[in-house]
Amino acid sequence: MNSSHPVVPLPMKAGRPHDIEREGQPRLLGFWVFLMSDALIFALLFAVYATMVNATDGGPVGKALFDLKASLIETLLLLVSSFTFAMASLNLTYRPERLGLLVTWLCTTLVLGLAFIGMELNDFRLMIGDGATAQRSGFLSAFYALVSTHGLHVSAGCLWLVVMLVQLKVFGLDARVRLRLKCLALFWHFLDVIWVAIYGIVYLQGLV
Amino acid sequence: MDRHDGYRRTLRLYRSGLLLAIILTAVPTALVHWAGLSRSSTLTWVLLLVLAQIVVHLHCFLHIGVKRSGRNELGLILFTAVIVLLMVGGTIMVFFDQMQRMG
Repeated sequence: MNSSHPVVPLPMKAGRPHDIEREGQPRLLGFWVFLMSDALIFALLFAVYATMVNATDGGPVGKALFDLKASLIETLLLLVSSFTFAMASLNLTYRPERLGLLVTWLCTTLVLGLAFIGMELNDFRLMIGDGATAQRSGFLSAFYALVSTHGLHVSAGCLWLVVMLVQLKVFGLDARVRLRLKCLALFWHFLDVIWVAIYGIVYLQGLV
Repeated sequence: MDRHDGYRRTLRLYRSGLLLAIILTAVPTALVHWAGLSRSSTLTWVLLLVLAQIVVHLHCFLHIGVKRSGRNELGLILFTAVIVLLMVGGTIMVFFDQMQRMG
């Protein structure tokens, strides 16, 4: 045996759902590391918000600014979009031959994500119209920093989703596209988790 | 049939995830909207329900469990939770202490 040629393990035969779930595990774990470092950014923005929540400088407070109905609808939009993306993942893993179904679920998710961003921008517009700009008080600076960081993440997710739809069209459902869709699914569900925390801690606790 | 079973099981998981998530959103919203409880207990309940909903999302949508296949991710999440607890808890503790001393 020639020692300069190490034995290379044969690649796993892909195609069965069992193997598909296992392919790309190390990369998915790497994506988890990214998500967790992103979670730390949000955690510190939450910490800043918590220390600034009473620093209103005589300006508007959360109770007067936040709209329970709008934020509840935003929450439901994201919750349902998380479910529709989960349905897309389900079709990706178990019914890859029905590409149309996968694309439909992904498009539904995209529409829900865009609706969420639209509603959030409208909220900001109304708040700024009431004089609640980011430079008004420490509380509002921390609020906009936290909520718009999440909004930017969702926008990036929507852009990524569009890119994946194009890749599905161009490359079809090959191993790379499959892996990227799985990473995007993790990203999307992660953003939903962050929003749940924002809804509870910023909006609901602010309205108490 | 294995494939079919997997499909059904996962579908059930996602459906229950959606249902639980909606319930866990509706309950704190109702608590705040109708304001039946005192201020401090409402705040505590909202926080607890948020934590419960995060656990539901991690389990149902992100497939985190104690099974061997998900151990790495679980380890990462727990490690991050410790760091978050230290950094967020520490920040809040220091700032509130400072506020009390200055006020």
